[in-house]
Amino acid sequence: MKKKFSLGLTIQYGFAIFFMLLFSLPLLFMISSSFKDPQAIFADVKSWRAFFPVGDVNFDQYLGVFDRLPLWQFLFNSIFISAVVVLLGLFVNSLAGYAIARLKFKGQNIILVGLIATLVIPFETIAMPLLVLVNSLPRVGFENGSFELTTGWLNTYLVQIAPFIAWGFSIFLFVQYFKTIPKELDEAALIDGASFFSIYWRIIVPLAGPAFATSAILSFLAIWNAYLWPVMVVQTEALRTVQVGLDYFWASTSEEGTQWGEIMAYSTLITVPIIIVFVIFQRSFVASVASSGVKG
Amino acid sequence: MVSLNNLNRKLLGQSLKSRSARAGFLFVFPAVSMMLLFLVTPVILAFSLGFTNAKFASPTEPSFIGIENFTEMLSLGQVSVEADPNDENVAYDNLRTYTKPSNASPYAGMQILSESYSADGTQANFTVAGDALFWKSLFNTLVFAAVIAPLQGGLALALALLINSKIRGKVFFRTVYFIPVVTSMVVVSILWIFFYQKDGLANVILDALIPGFEPVSFLTSPDLALPAIIFMSAWQAVGFHMIIWLAGLQTIPAELYEAARVDGANSWQQFRAVTWPGLRTTFVFVLIIISIQAMGVFTQINVMTQGGPLDSTTTFVFHIFREGFRKNDIGYSSALAIVFFVIVVTISAIQRRLTRDKD
Repeated sequence: MKKKFSLGLTIQYGFAIFFMLLFSLPLLFMISSSFKDPQAIFADVKSWRAFFPVGDVNFDQYLGVFDRLPLWQFLFNSIFISAVVVLLGLFVNSLAGYAIARLKFKGQNIILVGLIATLVIPFETIAMPLLVLVNSLPRVGFENGSFELTTGWLNTYLVQIAPFIAWGFSIFLFVQYFKTIPKELDEAALIDGASFFSIYWRIIVPLAGPAFATSAILSFLAIWNAYLWPVMVVQTEALRTVQVGLDYFWASTSEEGTQWGEIMAYSTLITVPIIIVFVIFQRSFVASVASSGVKG
Repeated sequence: MVSLNNLNRKLLGQSLKSRSARAGFLFVFPAVSMMLLFLVTPVILAFSLGFTNAKFASPTEPSFIGIENFTEMLSLGQVSVEADPNDENVAYDNLRTYTKPSNASPYAGMQILSESYSADGTQANFTVAGDALFWKSLFNTLVFAAVIAPLQGGLALALALLINSKIRGKVFFRTVYFIPVVTSMVVVSILWIFFYQKDGLANVILDALIPGFEPVSFLTSPDLALPAIIFMSAWQAVGFHMIIWLAGLQTIPAELYEAARVDGANSWQQFRAVTWPGLRTTFVFVLIIISIQAMGVFTQINVMTQGGPLDSTTTFVFHIFREGFRKNDIGYSSALAIVFFVIVVTISAIQRRLTRDKD
């Protein structure tokens, strides 16, 4: 049997491919350019060569940017900060979610209502007062071989981590998910004499994989890509995240002629690993975003 | 025997109740205390600092100044002065006699928001404002939100319908469309700075499509910088909202489409009668989150244009940031943040109301 030619379907493929090019070509350009000298980047811009690593392909731009910047340090900072926020956040928020969804205690409803209310507060509103606040908080510093009590959290890891651990949206997500787990499981464990914490740890957590994945992915993306807050609270180069480091690098070279090759190498280095992780776990990513919509 | 059992149960239940109360309190304590410290306290701080003249890290104690920050922010005035068609400085010099900060005039310290001249050029009409950038940034932000909401929301819906259609390779296309979302805004901004240069990719493509096209430097043009940033922002985020539309599409039962087909509805009629009504809650949600995200636009501005050229891309959050962080004027910045909060809440309340089911 001959397949019928369908005009509608052809148009659909046409659009699908057009959008595929629209969304992928800029990133292909970035990746390809990271292997080229700046002169080659500009020479290639007028042809298809812009999007492919062709011509004199080398790693000079990568070597150059590592030479110029403490990029390993930036990478470590970003990974460390994201990992701590995600891991502590998962624990703190799921524990709170468990209490709200499964336990009975005073003020439970007020807390839930309060949590939902916090979701409407845009971070931009509180960024400046939060800066004033963290600047006046006490901190135990380690200087000259001894601990001392100082004031102000600016230029620390702490200031980039602590404000983002507890997250109303994540708690709400856990509450919703935990409510779908049958209550009989808890009750059976209670009769066996299990503590509430061991019920949370041994029964609830293992059954809530998707909620943990969603919360982890959304908070990781937010922290890894964060910009406004790190720009405000960190001036020390050694504590910069990859995003802020890139912005400073770009701003500092734009006067004396931008090092486009090195900028593309830096951008590729901090983008491609995330894209690879996304492609591997794309089902979970998509489910996370979708659930952020359904719950809203 | 039976009553003893009941008593036992009661006792057990009571101890369980108190254990549950204790555990519940203990388990929410870390999250709730952190949110009180890092979220609720700053909100209270914003609402109190907005009524003071606080400066960041300043040794002098802030003092309460009532609604002065707000009157300065919102004050507007009209000034007409004599002008000379042959010398544009005359009008400005005359205006300055009103707006000089040391003057006793009600317009002292105010800035030019807009200006117009009479037909013969002998009279100049100035609109002056206590904070001209407040109005400009508010306007730019509203334009940004008003353009990007239909653009990005509509494109996202088109992509979702495409993915949801009969084409093969759905997962592949969906993945590619989503990739810019996981790319950071700093990377995207710098990449597009390159594209928007005079010898960049955008000009190369436009040159190929439009005969006789003159290359332009998008980000240094007061007319093109904001549209260029809007387009780039939509490009970066559209995949996110595509996924939300897709989730909405998948909640529509297939039987409804079958019934429509049986009734002889074509694709467009099916969309009007089945798809669009079924996407109602998704529509409200997408509209509200795009608007709120758009109102908060900051990263692209700070990386790409710093609010320029000629303040044409200064957005509200960028203004808050510059007043508070660059000029250390925490009091005024907090007042701006309060206004921002009120605007965002109002916009989402209006959208919710306008899109509510009429029943």
